[in-house]
Amino acid sequence: MKLGEIITAGLLALFSLYLMYEASLNGVGYTRGSGPQSGFWPFWLSVGMLVSTAFIALNWFRGTSPASQSDEPVLDAFGRKTLLLVGGGIIGFVALVEVVSMYGAVAIFLLYYVKVLGGHSWLVTAPLVLVFPLMLFFFFEGLMQITMPTGMSFTDPVYDILYGIIY
Amino acid sequence: MEILSLLGDGIVTAVQPLNLMLIVIGVSVGLFIGAMPGLGSVNGVAILLPVTFLVPPGSAIIFLAAIYYGAMYGGAISSITLGIPGASTAVATTFDGRPLALQGKARLALVAAAIGSFTGGTVAVVLFTGFAPALASVALSFGPPEIFALMLLAFATFVGLGGDDIAKTVFSICFGLVLATVGFDQVSGASRLVLFDLRGFLGGISFLVLAIGVYGIGEMLWTIDSTRDGMTQSKADYSVKGIIEDSGTTVREGWKGTSIGSFLGFFVGLLPAAGATPASLMSYAVAKMTSKNPDKFGKGDVGGVAAPEAGNNSASTGSMLPMLTLGIPGSPTTAVLLGGMVIWGLTPGPRLFVDESEFVWGLIGSFYVSNLAALLVNIAFIPLFVWMLRMPFTVLAPLIFVLSIVGGFAAMQDMFDIWVLLVFGFGAFFLRKFDYPVAPAVLAIVLGPIAEPTLRQSLLMSAGDPMIFFERPIAAPIMIVAFILILLPVFKYMLDRRKRTAQQG
Repeated sequence: MKLGEIITAGLLALFSLYLMYEASLNGVGYTRGSGPQSGFWPFWLSVGMLVSTAFIALNWFRGTSPASQSDEPVLDAFGRKTLLLVGGGIIGFVALVEVVSMYGAVAIFLLYYVKVLGGHSWLVTAPLVLVFPLMLFFFFEGLMQITMPTGMSFTDPVYDILYGIIY
Repeated sequence: MEILSLLGDGIVTAVQPLNLMLIVIGVSVGLFIGAMPGLGSVNGVAILLPVTFLVPPGSAIIFLAAIYYGAMYGGAISSITLGIPGASTAVATTFDGRPLALQGKARLALVAAAIGSFTGGTVAVVLFTGFAPALASVALSFGPPEIFALMLLAFATFVGLGGDDIAKTVFSICFGLVLATVGFDQVSGASRLVLFDLRGFLGGISFLVLAIGVYGIGEMLWTIDSTRDGMTQSKADYSVKGIIEDSGTTVREGWKGTSIGSFLGFFVGLLPAAGATPASLMSYAVAKMTSKNPDKFGKGDVGGVAAPEAGNNSASTGSMLPMLTLGIPGSPTTAVLLGGMVIWGLTPGPRLFVDESEFVWGLIGSFYVSNLAALLVNIAFIPLFVWMLRMPFTVLAPLIFVLSIVGGFAAMQDMFDIWVLLVFGFGAFFLRKFDYPVAPAVLAIVLGPIAEPTLRQSLLMSAGDPMIFFERPIAAPIMIVAFILILLPVFKYMLDRRKRTAQQG
């Protein structure tokens, strides 16, 4: 944690400098007659971010923040596993949206999480995987008239049936 | 007496069978739309606007106002049960609502939110009834310097009262404010901060992308990691007896926060361009500031749920006032309502109360009835919402992830924003590990689009002289209080140091 905190502060300071640069491209001064330029507000806020990271680093050197006194790892074996299995699952879910459609990706993600990670029986998993995406479909597409990604063309026959029900 | 007579007529209009039915349907639909992450009152009102052409204009606006009320109540549900503020108006409710739910007190949090909302809505509608024209002129005296001062006060309360690391809190606020500037500059129209030249950033970063990423993804990952997978279902029960007991607890422990939210929310709601979100955040901050136990806030304080809920409901009624009396909408939802009124052939403005008296008083009467209907419908559904929390965590967690992604897409309609949402989620997970408070960033991205233009307009008015904020009678005291709050941690540090030196001496 100790090393992690100062590395995080350093990365955030670099990001603040990048934001200052980006903001400066729009001008950070005051133009008579039209007021502060476009970059004025984000530039000075980025300066505020940079100054804050300096104070965070100062607190780290003085050892006043809890993380600067901790020798625990940022992520232990359990944390790494969580990030890999749960975080990886979420990334996979989003990546699948444009392939198997939003509702298809929901079904696959629920199957993965509830059955594989949660270890629940098919009695719990199957209704969730089948019913929840359908509920979402009828709520968003039918009631709220919000269209979700339908994925690649092989999903069309399923959507033809579903759209036939609501339209 | 004349007002009471007109109000009586208005309530009679509101309880006519058609209107009463529309109120019950409206608050029920609004409750579920508001409870869905990514959707808020503006979605409900905008989507159902075409439906209102099937009924007379008076009934139509009553229906839309009922949806508005229902959605305001509903926003608290996802904040408390899922930990995701579905709409910006419910961000502050998450601060204490979610900790209460994690402690197995979801029912108490939901009851506190319902009672806070009802009280806020009722106080606001009474103020609306009695002082509508006078208050509209007060709202007009708030120009850009006064509104900027109010925004600064909202940020200052986070710095001054935050128990967290001050440097990290300031970083979080500045970061949220910078994120709010990504995309097109709303004053000059120029594109700016198109990060890493990714064209997706041209459209800006919505509050929802940050809020859903932080709370729906980051906070959930953190919960799974920190509880070592030992997180099981919430113990909260959903008996009627329990709901009655929780109502008593809310009245005892939450009355102060509710009162603050009810009055403060109404006045903030009156201000053009402010609306229910700043109202709820300010109500939370003031409730914390005036509490005997400010340290309890953020860890599950009943007042911390009741205050923002009273504030956002009160403000949503307050924001109707400038819309009806001046034709100026105080929030995005009232802007849609205003559009509806124009389509129905009604002209909002000072003459509306005279020319369309029956319509106006019917609407005001419906506020009273909608508020009561929303309370009853909400309380009736509390057992269902609490029951949902009793699901095993390995079922609830993926449902929250799914609702976050689907709700995020529903609001933004762009996969780029979903990837940005994930980046915020994973970033928040790591920052949480190092005790960076994320709530101030969410607050800042919501208030940033109000703060920046008002600052720039103020400086333009004064030809670049920042003294404009200290020379105006309303802005000056607000600015002074804000600066005192910002400097409060420095005073506190100096005092502690002096005490330590004295003890060592």
